[in-house]
Amino acid sequence: MERKKVAVATPEAAKEAGLDNDQLRTMFMHMVRARVLDERMWVLNRQGRAPFVISCQGHEAAQVGMAMALRPGYDWLAPYYRDLAVTLVIGMTPKDHLLATMARADDPNSGARQMPAHYGCRRLNIITGGSPVATQVLHAAGAALAAKVRGEDAVAFTSLGEGSTSEGDFHEGLNFAAVHHLPLICVVENNGFAISVPWNKQMPLKDVAERAHGYGMPGVIVDGGDPVACYAAMKQAVERGRRGEGPTLIEAKVARLTPHSSDDDDRIYKPREELAEEKKHDCVLRFRTTLEESGVLAPGDAEEMRAEVMREIDKALQEAEAAPLPSPESAMLHVYGE
Amino acid sequence: MATMTYIEAIRSAMRDEMERDERVIVMGEDVGVKGGVFKATEGLQKEFGEMRVIDTPLAESAIVGVAIGAAINGLLPIAEIQFQDFIMPAVDQIVSEAAKIRYRSNNDFHVPMVVRAPFGGGVHGALYHSQSNEAMFCHVPGLKVVVPSTPADAKGLLRAAIRDPDPVLYFEHKRAYRLIKGEVPEGDEVTPIGTARVAREGADIAVFTYGLMTHFCLDAADKLAGDGFECEVVDLRTLRPLDREQIVASGRKCGKVLVVQEANLAVSVASEVAAIVAEECFEYLDAPVMRLGGPEIPGVPFSPPLEEFYMLTPAKIETALRKLAAY
Repeated sequence: MERKKVAVATPEAAKEAGLDNDQLRTMFMHMVRARVLDERMWVLNRQGRAPFVISCQGHEAAQVGMAMALRPGYDWLAPYYRDLAVTLVIGMTPKDHLLATMARADDPNSGARQMPAHYGCRRLNIITGGSPVATQVLHAAGAALAAKVRGEDAVAFTSLGEGSTSEGDFHEGLNFAAVHHLPLICVVENNGFAISVPWNKQMPLKDVAERAHGYGMPGVIVDGGDPVACYAAMKQAVERGRRGEGPTLIEAKVARLTPHSSDDDDRIYKPREELAEEKKHDCVLRFRTTLEESGVLAPGDAEEMRAEVMREIDKALQEAEAAPLPSPESAMLHVYGE
Repeated sequence: MATMTYIEAIRSAMRDEMERDERVIVMGEDVGVKGGVFKATEGLQKEFGEMRVIDTPLAESAIVGVAIGAAINGLLPIAEIQFQDFIMPAVDQIVSEAAKIRYRSNNDFHVPMVVRAPFGGGVHGALYHSQSNEAMFCHVPGLKVVVPSTPADAKGLLRAAIRDPDPVLYFEHKRAYRLIKGEVPEGDEVTPIGTARVAREGADIAVFTYGLMTHFCLDAADKLAGDGFECEVVDLRTLRPLDREQIVASGRKCGKVLVVQEANLAVSVASEVAAIVAEECFEYLDAPVMRLGGPEIPGVPFSPPLEEFYMLTPAKIETALRKLAAY
């Protein structure tokens, strides 16, 4: 198994991954944008303005790094409910997601038919997701199959938590993709908990990526707190897929800095010391420090970026709140095609 | 017109559609080199290649789930489940995913996929090669469910299903495969989904049925004709959406209604047809609606006397019809 545990985003690692300073800044900006948006959604929930929120906090580095290695609108994505940052990198906007959070008719994910964080966007090849976990692995394999049948070099990305790897569809999807050499990249964002159940009650192995051997595909473990390492791992998997060499399983070790969702209380099952330790290594702070130390970010840049993102999100929220709710009768639309 | 068996018509529909539209692919267990355990896909891989006729791993959820993804990315997959009995691992993909994708994406995505599966008993297949599970899918908005009874409709409905923009479950009666022969139009004929067919006209008893039972009902109706009772046999063809208009028209016309299916009756297609008749034909009825179907046991048992006990026959249908005629 290949292990990528490079020191966080050193200038050498970034150079090796083919990332210039502008791209590193973009990477950081995406992470900040996702974090600020996510935090705002929690505020809305606690104010009683949004019924449900589920979070990407602690996963931003992995999600941004990986998504930046994809071609938006060309490659296919079947993400899971934590992938807020993935969707933002690919081209969805804070307003798109605030419309969903506020259950507004113009929510591009589902027209507010689904709970928030059930992502989907035809324009960007983000395949609509439901709530049963791991089903999307098969959809991504199917999208990859179609690309292969047509002779295109598009790849399909799918992601899930480590808990969802216990589902049969995870196994069936990886096996199918491996047998048929499909350009599938399956990313497991391993944060150690499936709601309250720790990883060691999902699997007897510490590393999900070890399972890749059983499918006859490369398994890569990457530090999910390091966006550059995640980008590099994903880039390699994408290139392998485009060359027709088949699928890759990537496991990103991440931290879940929030409860499972706004309806969960993680104090019952997650020791506070563990959370405090994770927060010390918060990927957004970590990356900021690295970029500041290497001079990619000048003093004040990060604050300025945060302020800019705040302005964007304030405006998006105003617009989302002013947007209309769906009409009751519209519940009958789109069961079948016209 | 060419004469074909039921299974030849199914194969012919797939072949024609694959030739007509390169987006059509076939995938499932044994569909490639072997041409399917019943030979429904025989010769297709040779003609269209391994990229379009795919032998998949033995995993039903993957067969359907991968077909969904391929459909979303522009293909028109025909997923074969080897026996309808084995569709259960794929139910999450069919019911939670395929059926809801258009709705949950607010019309952004849709799933133009066909799931073919042989159903029905009378072939010594016992509990797990004889089931008639159609009712559970008929309950699900977002799905369409069709069951042909003749070779012409086997071809016409499969073509319609392949061209349909939404997921269609196409259930073929395995005993009909080689038992039923008939004329199949040469041209580009499509049997519209959602339309029933009056297989026999009559004014005394309306018989609603589908699949192989259509033929059994026609045989039974002939027996009653000798005694002056004319049955109208309606082959439902599409089980979701039901052809409500035809059910109401035939129900009102005859005033007596028998619903016949191979599946057990509780919460079934027959239940739904009977409910429609009760809602729409009440004032026209001369007898209570009668339903005839399999017994409430978990499956079709293997030993011949047990299997015969389960299965309907023209004689059992005739008995029910005579009871209704005498009411």
